[in-house]
Amino acid sequence: MFQRQTPTPTPPLLVMRGIDKSFGGSPALRGAEFTLGRGEVHALIGQNGAGKSTLIKVLTGYHRRDAGLVEFDGQPFEVHSPHAAQAAGISTIYQEINLVGLRSVAENICLGREPRRFGLLDWRAMHAEARRLLGRFSIDVDVRRPLGSLPTATQQMVAIARAIGFKAKLVIMDEPTSSLDDREVEVLFDVIRQIRADGVSVVFVSHKLDELYAVCDRVTIMRDGTTVRSGPMSEIGKLELVATMLGRELTAVARQGATAFGAKAAHAAGEVLAVDQLAAGPRVRDVSLAVGAGEIVGMAGLLGAGRTETVRVVFGADPAAGGSMRYGGQPFRPTEPADAIARGIGFCTEDRKIEGIVPELSVRENLTLALLPHLTKAGIVDEAEQRRIVERFIQRLGVKCQSPEQPIRELSGGNQQKVLLARWLCMNPKLLILDEPTRGIDVGAKAEIQALIGELAKDGLAVLMVSSEVEEIIEGSDRAYVLRDGQTVAELTGQDLNETELLAAMAHGAHDSREYGHG
Amino acid sequence: MADASIARPAAPARTSDGLGQLLARHGALVGLVLLVLFNLAFTPNFVSWQTLNVNLTQVAAIVIVAVGMTLVIATGGIDLSVGSLMAISGALAPLILLGQILPMPHPLLAVALAFVLPVLVAGAFGWFNGFLITRYRIQPIVATLVLFIAGRGIAQVVTNGNLQVFRNPEFQVIGLGRLFGIPVQVILMLILVAGAAWMLRRTLFGRQILAVGGNEQAARLAGIPVASVKRRVYLISGLCAGLAGLVVIAINSASDANLIGLGMELDAIAAVAVGGTLLAGGRASITGTLLGALIIQLVRYTLLANGVPDSAALVAKAGLIVLAVWLQQGRKST
Repeated sequence: MFQRQTPTPTPPLLVMRGIDKSFGGSPALRGAEFTLGRGEVHALIGQNGAGKSTLIKVLTGYHRRDAGLVEFDGQPFEVHSPHAAQAAGISTIYQEINLVGLRSVAENICLGREPRRFGLLDWRAMHAEARRLLGRFSIDVDVRRPLGSLPTATQQMVAIARAIGFKAKLVIMDEPTSSLDDREVEVLFDVIRQIRADGVSVVFVSHKLDELYAVCDRVTIMRDGTTVRSGPMSEIGKLELVATMLGRELTAVARQGATAFGAKAAHAAGEVLAVDQLAAGPRVRDVSLAVGAGEIVGMAGLLGAGRTETVRVVFGADPAAGGSMRYGGQPFRPTEPADAIARGIGFCTEDRKIEGIVPELSVRENLTLALLPHLTKAGIVDEAEQRRIVERFIQRLGVKCQSPEQPIRELSGGNQQKVLLARWLCMNPKLLILDEPTRGIDVGAKAEIQALIGELAKDGLAVLMVSSEVEEIIEGSDRAYVLRDGQTVAELTGQDLNETELLAAMAHGAHDSREYGHG
Repeated sequence: MADASIARPAAPARTSDGLGQLLARHGALVGLVLLVLFNLAFTPNFVSWQTLNVNLTQVAAIVIVAVGMTLVIATGGIDLSVGSLMAISGALAPLILLGQILPMPHPLLAVALAFVLPVLVAGAFGWFNGFLITRYRIQPIVATLVLFIAGRGIAQVVTNGNLQVFRNPEFQVIGLGRLFGIPVQVILMLILVAGAAWMLRRTLFGRQILAVGGNEQAARLAGIPVASVKRRVYLISGLCAGLAGLVVIAINSASDANLIGLGMELDAIAAVAVGGTLLAGGRASITGTLLGALIIQLVRYTLLANGVPDSAALVAKAGLIVLAVWLQQGRKST
């Protein structure tokens, strides 16, 4: 405490050094570093699986680190529960607000440290305390109202007020703006600046680059479980930030032959899908794109850019809020995936376990899950025909399984993905949507799947491919769209489809020279 | 049956086939065999037509309800309302037979309607369960709790809470009749079990039930009409409960809305659990459910025949359920 009075260089509030953490043998953190100054707003960024949430969970006591050193407020820091971390001055505000919606604002703010008189709750003191804390952020709300009846933004302010009430020295915000509108984001930033002025530090996790530059002082970039860059926000340009996050050299020329997609299509035939100014939910605001027959169209963007959300709307899994779609030349607005499937669309989801496989069922049943109605006469499945089709696709895609009757959960990730691809290929689709088709798949199977996608397109299939891998987009697709904060910001073709242009679009949005969009 | 040239041997059993695996896979069958062996050794007069018939007659209603319950549980749901739906169907049938709802021009028409209408009404209530669950996304345990409570009330209102006594040999065939010496309800039970097992294995609907229970999101994204599949299983569960209600009143020649199907939902769920159907959905065995019901029945019979009071039999039943669930857990983690 006395250190704070010394004028010259303030020691950092938090130092994490050489942090290791692995889960079941696979490392999530490898020597990660993180240093946070006092009264500093610090951006923590990285792609999926970079290790930022693990790092936070190690800090807040959800996970125990395997190795490394943590120093907080000048003291060695060792907590084994989120509760202990909170008592020590570290509060975390999650995407989904972890407060009690049915209880009042005041109760939530004072939860766990309720003022008492004669052993009973002192409601008057509680309300006064809540009003005092919220008043500091000039937020005017009836503290007796149930928290759940207030807008998300206000709930977040309550969460922050609660953290301040706990005398937090560090507030961690995990994607706090994901469900806020622009005006609410501004209010949140004002609050962040205010608590910074009070000497509280903030760790800010977000994928929206503009927000990082608007509110953060410093940035730490993580990749593959290690810290790859840390420095003042003003010294790192957006492009550099994106390149570092993705692990790309800015000067690097696209290496040919790193993927197995094969030669690109010379030209595309007729339009299969056209999406115009699509809007849906908080993450898709203005997306336009088109896919032609025999064409592989890439969809690039950072995490949270709205790529998965867009393709889910195209497939009818989520409703559209605005814009229009055309499929096969006709207006198209599917309300259920079944509509899209009936029109010849297939969709391989990003998360195989949650949205792809039915784990208890066999390879045979998983492969024919969508085709089954066509294999049925009077409600009875034609098992001979089913087996013929399954055998054919197992052979064609080289699925390695003991037999078609093996439960799919016993297969490797790559083989599961092949079965899921076959689920759509056996439907003879016109358009195939692939969301991260090679994520979490070993190198061999990855090349096979990429080669297969290339072949399918050559046979006339239209492919819309979401991918976070720069190589996969550049080499695999004939054309690529870049999404940023729910908007199509660039369309890259031919010579322009290279790493520099791609990263630039992901970082800055539309170039002045190649404006994309509608006005 | 299948194209021989492409038929392959079934997947070899998974790596460690220890005793635990064996029990988990065929636990119900092993349990039943052990019980029969125990009875052969210790229970007097066990080997007789009468013992067999008594046990099968008593178990038939449970099995009929449990068949519908298996399908519901296979989708990841549960149906608490079956006992109350039995009461509704059991209360309606005598009213129709006795012409208290509509004057019946011909006694045989009355019998025919007494068979059909109550079952359809129970089915409609079952469909209503499915409607609540799919339309308003209410958890199955809560949605079916509505009719669990209200259903018996409806049955009592319909009958004014009176005990209805009746004698109608044509109608009571379903509880007292015999075909080739086998009780009619046992034949009904076997037909239902065979039909449902075949349906689950060979039809589109059956495969969709398991897909919905195994991974609802993946099923929807594969174009399966999840809501319609769910509504149909609750409809079937209602129909089964309605039929079981008729069997019970036919045996007793009397209908008491307070008592018909009381606690049946728990017996049916127990039979399904002991039979090895995954309570989380996605894997189901109709024959397992039959074995499960037989085990529960036989445990009770064994204890009673050896002079153990009924209250202790309840504890034994609970123990069986715990054992079944424990075996399921063990299997899941392998």
